[in-house]
Amino acid sequence: MKNDIESEAYLRMVKIRGFEDAVTRLITAGEVAGACHSSAGQEAAIVGACMALNDDDYISGTHRSHGHPIGKGAELKPLMAEILGKATGVCKGRGGSMHLTDTAVGSIGESAIVGGGIPIATGAALSAQVRGTKQVALTFFGDGAVNEGVFHESLNMASIWKLPVIFFCENNGYAAVTPAMQTHGQPVVSKRAEGYGIPGVTVDGQDFEAVFKATTEAVERARRGDGPTLIEAKTYRFDEHCVGLFIKGNYRPAEEIELFKTERDPITLFRAALVARGMAEGALGDIEAQANKLIEDAVEFAKESPYPDPEEAFELVHANPIPIRR
Amino acid sequence: MTDTNTKRMTYLDALGLAQREELERDPSTIIIGEDISLYAAGGAFGSIDAKRIRSAPISECGFAGMAVGAAMTGLRPIVDFTIANFIYLASDPIINQAARVRYMTGGQFKVPITFRASMWHSQANAAQHSDRPYPMFMNVPGLKIVVPATPTDAKGLLKAAIRDDDPVLVFEDNDLWGMKEEVTLDTDFVIPIGKADIKRAGSDVTIISVAGCLRHCLKAADALAKDGISVEVVDLRTLLPLDNDAILNSLGKTGRIVIVDYAHRTGGAAAEIAAIIAEDGFDLLKKPVKRVVTPDVPIPFSPPMEAPLYPSPQSIAAAVRALM
Repeated sequence: MKNDIESEAYLRMVKIRGFEDAVTRLITAGEVAGACHSSAGQEAAIVGACMALNDDDYISGTHRSHGHPIGKGAELKPLMAEILGKATGVCKGRGGSMHLTDTAVGSIGESAIVGGGIPIATGAALSAQVRGTKQVALTFFGDGAVNEGVFHESLNMASIWKLPVIFFCENNGYAAVTPAMQTHGQPVVSKRAEGYGIPGVTVDGQDFEAVFKATTEAVERARRGDGPTLIEAKTYRFDEHCVGLFIKGNYRPAEEIELFKTERDPITLFRAALVARGMAEGALGDIEAQANKLIEDAVEFAKESPYPDPEEAFELVHANPIPIRR
Repeated sequence: MTDTNTKRMTYLDALGLAQREELERDPSTIIIGEDISLYAAGGAFGSIDAKRIRSAPISECGFAGMAVGAAMTGLRPIVDFTIANFIYLASDPIINQAARVRYMTGGQFKVPITFRASMWHSQANAAQHSDRPYPMFMNVPGLKIVVPATPTDAKGLLKAAIRDDDPVLVFEDNDLWGMKEEVTLDTDFVIPIGKADIKRAGSDVTIISVAGCLRHCLKAADALAKDGISVEVVDLRTLLPLDNDAILNSLGKTGRIVIVDYAHRTGGAAAEIAAIIAEDGFDLLKKPVKRVVTPDVPIPFSPPMEAPLYPSPQSIAAAVRALM
């Protein structure tokens, strides 16, 4: 069973990296409209958290939205088609790169309003509690979102009502181009949990096992009815805030980026751990080939898919439609 | 079950009855807001499971956002903001999330939420408690907005809002809370969202009434009738979507129109209604459109300063006379 989890985790991590690489190539080729934010470098945090969840558990996320649904097990084709604005996209071309949402795997929205997904997941946890299911909700957010009011409001309400929610901070050290050290009165994000009477833990976000273990504990606690946990996964963003964004000024040292890419790459680290534990090179190679094939197929599917008919812009505004003037 | 009985009750009691009926009818309905436990202790929610009655901390943005997540995952939340100005604190989850999550996800979710906001104007509460914020939300695709002005409409529209699968904002004029009339006890009585109601038929001038202005419009119509001026009063009841047909049909009968709106002049509900008339009803007009609205000043505390700012029977009647 453990081997199954590790193989699946490795597959999802390489799928995220390969997906982000493919998107970056498409951007460079001028085939993507709008902004894309790559999750490359944060795969262990994302997948370590997702693997601790059941298929019907909920996740919400951020503008850096590609990794979360992939980490939860989403099919790649509709995600890639969405990024290219196609009719076959998971959001039918209405969301795009910042909003990859796939309810089929419990993904309930990726918000481009920083912190926006936090109360939404907290509300999904309230919903699970009221409906009496054993589902939990996990919300991904960055270090920047910790300074939004809804972070504090949501932690407080989750605490008083013992909601089955996991607050999962992917602390990559930078909110866009501003270092967290300049904006956080308490730079240890997990310590903020104390203010709301809930457990807070900081883990190495480049280490799949560490993230998986911490999240599993938090999930068990939530499912038991003992309430929320704040997890801070210290991770790193390999790309700029936004793919292709040219930032003048040295807001993060080149040596730091290089160090993370060469010594702290979560996929390299997890691969080495798996090899050390006896997983065959061939098996890992098969997983990598499988991921590559899925990504190639997704790109092909996305490119070949049609764009939406512009008239479709008038559809799906309401569940119970009202007249909309052209 | 259809109940043909009625009971004399206040506007506030009608709202409470609507909520209690819907909480009893559908176990996925919950209510969340500040000081809710006080009302629950008073029996306002009957014997509903305490899990479904959430007396929240003072965190409007947080609990409105939570309601969005709850609605996306199978609940039907009623969010009570107590005082309409507090809705601004929750404008992000209402506008950026509730109104467009369905659209942005390609229809993967429905978002059945009722946001209740009580407008505490006309009672010396100063500018931070007296707003009529409905026009700001009329500019947000994805929402629906109702503004009931009688106890019966309050019951029927609040129930329609709770049953609707989209986010609906219910704006109540707080000074209507004590208004009494016979209200149906039929638990399946709902008023369709988007339908105006002719509260008084007439032939010389149309008054389009927005929200709680209705009382003043009807008083003005009474006074004008004594002078031989026949006024038709159209109570819009819903602001999003507007019942354009009702507006234009009445204009077709009278050719003269006065729009009465508690909101401020610039970008108010009346402004949108006037634009619809200009686009689609210009040829029906015998005289220019008139607006009776609140001027563009913050609401002052001192009663003698506050009262004259709003539409009144006198100012409405004067506007009608000016069209004759």
